[in-house]
Amino acid sequence: MTDALHRPDGEIEAAAREPARRRSRSPLLDWAVFVLLLLGALSMCAPFLWMISSSLKVPTEIFKYPPALLPEHAQWPNYSRIFMLIPFGRLILNSLLVSLAVTALQLLVCSMAAYAFARLRFRGREALFLLYLSALMVPSQVTLIPNFILVRNLGWIDTYAALILPFAFSSFGTFLIRQAFMTIPKELEDAARIDGASHAQVFWRVMLPLGRPALGALGIFTFIAQWNNFLWPLITTTKPEMQTLTVGLAGLRGQYNTDWALLMTGSVLAILPIFVVFAVGNRSFIQGITSGGFGGR
Amino acid sequence: MSRMARAEARSAWLFLAPSLVLFMVFVLLPVLAALGISFTSWDLFTKAHFAGLENYRQLLFEDKLFHKVLGNTAVYVVWTVPIQMALAFIVALLLNRGVWGQNALRVIYFLPVVSSTVAVALIWSWIFNSNFGILNALLSQLGVHDLPGWLNSSKYALPALIIVAIWQGLGYSMVLFLAGLQGISREAYEAGEIDGAVGWKKHRYITLPLLSPTTFFVTIVSLIGSFQVFDLAFVMTQGGPANSTNTIVYYVYQNAFQFYRMGYASAAAMILFAIILTFTLIQYRLQNRWVHYD
Repeated sequence: MTDALHRPDGEIEAAAREPARRRSRSPLLDWAVFVLLLLGALSMCAPFLWMISSSLKVPTEIFKYPPALLPEHAQWPNYSRIFMLIPFGRLILNSLLVSLAVTALQLLVCSMAAYAFARLRFRGREALFLLYLSALMVPSQVTLIPNFILVRNLGWIDTYAALILPFAFSSFGTFLIRQAFMTIPKELEDAARIDGASHAQVFWRVMLPLGRPALGALGIFTFIAQWNNFLWPLITTTKPEMQTLTVGLAGLRGQYNTDWALLMTGSVLAILPIFVVFAVGNRSFIQGITSGGFGGR
Repeated sequence: MSRMARAEARSAWLFLAPSLVLFMVFVLLPVLAALGISFTSWDLFTKAHFAGLENYRQLLFEDKLFHKVLGNTAVYVVWTVPIQMALAFIVALLLNRGVWGQNALRVIYFLPVVSSTVAVALIWSWIFNSNFGILNALLSQLGVHDLPGWLNSSKYALPALIIVAIWQGLGYSMVLFLAGLQGISREAYEAGEIDGAVGWKKHRYITLPLLSPTTFFVTIVSLIGSFQVFDLAFVMTQGGPANSTNTIVYYVYQNAFQFYRMGYASAAAMILFAIILTFTLIQYRLQNRWVHYD
């Protein structure tokens, strides 16, 4: 994990070195800035550290006042307890399954649409693209109720279909990948076409491999968003064995509302996998946010 | 040639088919349906009745609670967005100087963004706990006698949510600002230096104007995101105490899925839609006036 965290980021470093070359800087000011940033980073980390520390305490330590910063003896059994009290393994499995399925589907569906928009000519292309884009302005809460009614009428409450299918397409994803596909030189595609490749073959063999950075960014973005998704699984699941991690965790708050060690244990288990995913892919994730036409310049 | 064009169009529609079906079923039709449902009175179990604009009339002119909810959401947005943006801008500016370990620092500032809001809400509920929480323990160490009740207090619950939202969203705006800062060319600063723009003047006359497209984008994204606050209110306070943290989306959720007032909830959701759309349009209008493109 540390390796990925400290991986040099060429882009940012190059830009950051520029001012240094411009004029010599006072080392004192550099130190002040560093200390300031470190203090900020500490306040970003502190709640997480407190979560980990609390997750390893016994109940008597939890309610000690003033609180001790660290547990006297780390209570690792806290982590097996949560799996015994609620079907926590199943929750993790559900979240993993739903997040992976949504990610895979969205990558496929969005990149197919993106290929049509970026490369193929057909009537109504611009109009349809604008229609897709206009969906970006609609907050998800507007479609929440009709989608719930639809899923309910289909008998999909407590099914994976309900958790996965509504997220299989995204306007944002289509836009992001279309932008990436537009930057791929057309000559590569033409060469394949002359060799007799069909559109499907060009898409699969040329566009997808060359669009990998954008696909990676969208993939990580989608996985994290789905893992953390809350409101939709909250209303479309009723059985504990169909709930996702976030819904189960929120339920835990109602059930064991004073068992803070348990609640912190659950939080650690919900956050840690995402930190690992982010540590592996933070570069492409952040690039995905800042490029692709959104943000940045 | 025309046969080839037809074949190309045919493949295009095949490539578009999956997204088109999903877009129709889960986005386009639901938006229209939401508008339709908002004109009805419907409890989900019996037949819906056409109610015309009654839901909107009640929400806008009668429902005192909804007015409180709008006020809460406005307070939340008005505090969260500017403070978060200001802090994010400062952090981005400092990080952009190029300090030791800046990549690790950038990742750390971004960690709350990728964390589940439900888990974040649990962590902060524990921190804000009025009897055993570490925050009040720290405050009392600092000599504060009248300790706030935080989530149990109708006065401090909303500020507590705002603090968490600022903490969680800061990294996102920071990353956007960083990208914007890196887009400012060295020549711009060099030209500015010749004209005497050094120190704070440099940022006032070069960085800020050249960063305005980014600032504009961050403002819109933060505004839209903040208006949709739900997870924090659901987990930390259930909209309480005394509805002091009841927000628009929480109110939509309550009406739809606790009281089964589908029409009423849909109308409230449409009002949220209208608010967000208004802000987006106003911003686009103002864009020409204060956003500087070079």
